[in-house]
Amino acid sequence: MNNVGLIVGRELKAYVRSPLGYAAAAGVLLIDGIWFMAKALGGTTEKRLSAQVLAEFFNGASGTTAVLAIALAMRLVAAEHDAGTLVLLKTSPIRDWEIVLGKFLSVMLVLLAITAMTAYMPLLIMKNGKVSGGHLLVGYAGIVLLGASVTAMGLFASALAKNQVVAAILAAVLTGAMYLWWLVAKIADPPVTEFLEGLAIHHLRMRDFMTGVLRLENVVYYVAVSFFFLLASVKTLEARRWR
Amino acid sequence: MIEVRELSKYYGESKAVGPLDFTIEKGQVIGLLGLNGAGKTTTLRMLSSELLPTAGRVLIDGIDLAEEPDLVRARIGYLPDRPPLYGEMRVREFLEFAGRLRGMASSGIDRRIDEVLQLTSLKKRADDRIDTLSHGFKQRVGIAQAIVHKPALLLLDEPISGLDPVQIVEMRELIRSLRGEHTTVLSSHILSEISETCDRLLVIVDGRIVTEGTEEELAERMTPGFDVRVVVRGADARARELAESVDGVRGARRLSGKDVAAEYRGDDALAVLHVTADRDVREDLCRRLVTEGLGVLEVMRAEPELESIFLQLAGAKGARVEGDARGGSER
Repeated sequence: MNNVGLIVGRELKAYVRSPLGYAAAAGVLLIDGIWFMAKALGGTTEKRLSAQVLAEFFNGASGTTAVLAIALAMRLVAAEHDAGTLVLLKTSPIRDWEIVLGKFLSVMLVLLAITAMTAYMPLLIMKNGKVSGGHLLVGYAGIVLLGASVTAMGLFASALAKNQVVAAILAAVLTGAMYLWWLVAKIADPPVTEFLEGLAIHHLRMRDFMTGVLRLENVVYYVAVSFFFLLASVKTLEARRWR
Repeated sequence: MIEVRELSKYYGESKAVGPLDFTIEKGQVIGLLGLNGAGKTTTLRMLSSELLPTAGRVLIDGIDLAEEPDLVRARIGYLPDRPPLYGEMRVREFLEFAGRLRGMASSGIDRRIDEVLQLTSLKKRADDRIDTLSHGFKQRVGIAQAIVHKPALLLLDEPISGLDPVQIVEMRELIRSLRGEHTTVLSSHILSEISETCDRLLVIVDGRIVTEGTEEELAERMTPGFDVRVVVRGADARARELAESVDGVRGARRLSGKDVAAEYRGDDALAVLHVTADRDVREDLCRRLVTEGLGVLEVMRAEPELESIFLQLAGAKGARVEGDARGGSER
């Protein structure tokens, strides 16, 4: 795990020393803030329950988190390939899974830090309304799990691509496809419908988290998606040793 | 000791390199010489473990790269043709990262980094960001990261590529200073570089080692016998006739143009001859010329230059070899 820590440390320094980390944090806070003001607090004349306002906030935050995860993950391997630094890692006594895990964890730490900065918005709802701490924690758990899954997909795209732009496009297409399974489900017949809806990364899964409902199957789904794409990233790096 | 056995690389049906078989003794500096596309970089990438071979084995100090990749990687330092540097890191910080990646313990790493900074003349740049350094300094940082963990095998892919003449001389000195501490394999298509820096050469053509040995051994192998260059004051035809009458001489021909040293060029009273013989005929040749009344200004053994040997081996007489002018003039 020492090697994983080395990779995490270097990646975190890279985010801190480049404009990307600050731009990503500023972007997320701005968009989440606007969403919070426009959609969660405003947007209707009807009185809403605090829980509904909080669910709306998490709905918006899940979108920005997915975009943030792609932005942070697109450079992970592709930039190293582009700059010629990947060879340093590949010729060192460090396993491919350690490289992938280190890079994944570094993005997760940045993502957690930026997500934590949005906490003042739901805390405002708590202070001025009535929502449970459990709803708040479950909502954020959903955001983090979704972020982890999209980060893993972004990392996989970055491992496949030779530059960051292609990696970002690939990651966006992959994430978009995972979002849109529920649309495919609409033109399918049962029992395939439920299966396809279950594959969608946001549609039903995030709805539970947003409304404060914690289901084991949803947690398992996000963990499985993350694991699958991390494994695919490791295998992609291994395959690169043949080229 | 480095042992390479039946090493080869295929991309689909197309062979890139191999089969390669060679052994390198500890502490030697080996030059991997070949034209662009001959397979030098692919060979180094396989030796460094960056690229998996299709077949064959690489053993470093008896440890098989395929069986114990981590153990072997900790014993390898690699500078690819483009130094693997993180621009946002500072030199010392980067070397620490590179050392730790190669398994160096925290204790003693600072002292080793100081040694490497001293060796590569980077002491004054230790706290600079890498992306602010010139190409020459970046190349030095590239070497520093490759040696920070005291590897048994040091692999340098075109280490002087893109450097200016002063930087080339400095880099050459640096590589020479590493002799003994590391076994070094250096690839280049610049003949003077190989000639100046390496103990032994491996000539690679179309992915195969066509010959190996010291420069002198290659010359001997390519041009068996003893060639003499003689500068004579007198008639050209008479001088050739006398030279060919010496026992052991196979033939003599007059040299002209660039083959003649500048000081003898344009003087019609002088004849510069290239004499091909089976043995060392210098004494007999001098005696014959002098006793027949010709003045001998110079007699010297004519050794074929690396460039001509290389072109002969590569079978590319017409090929342009980058830096060939340097290869001829610096020797």
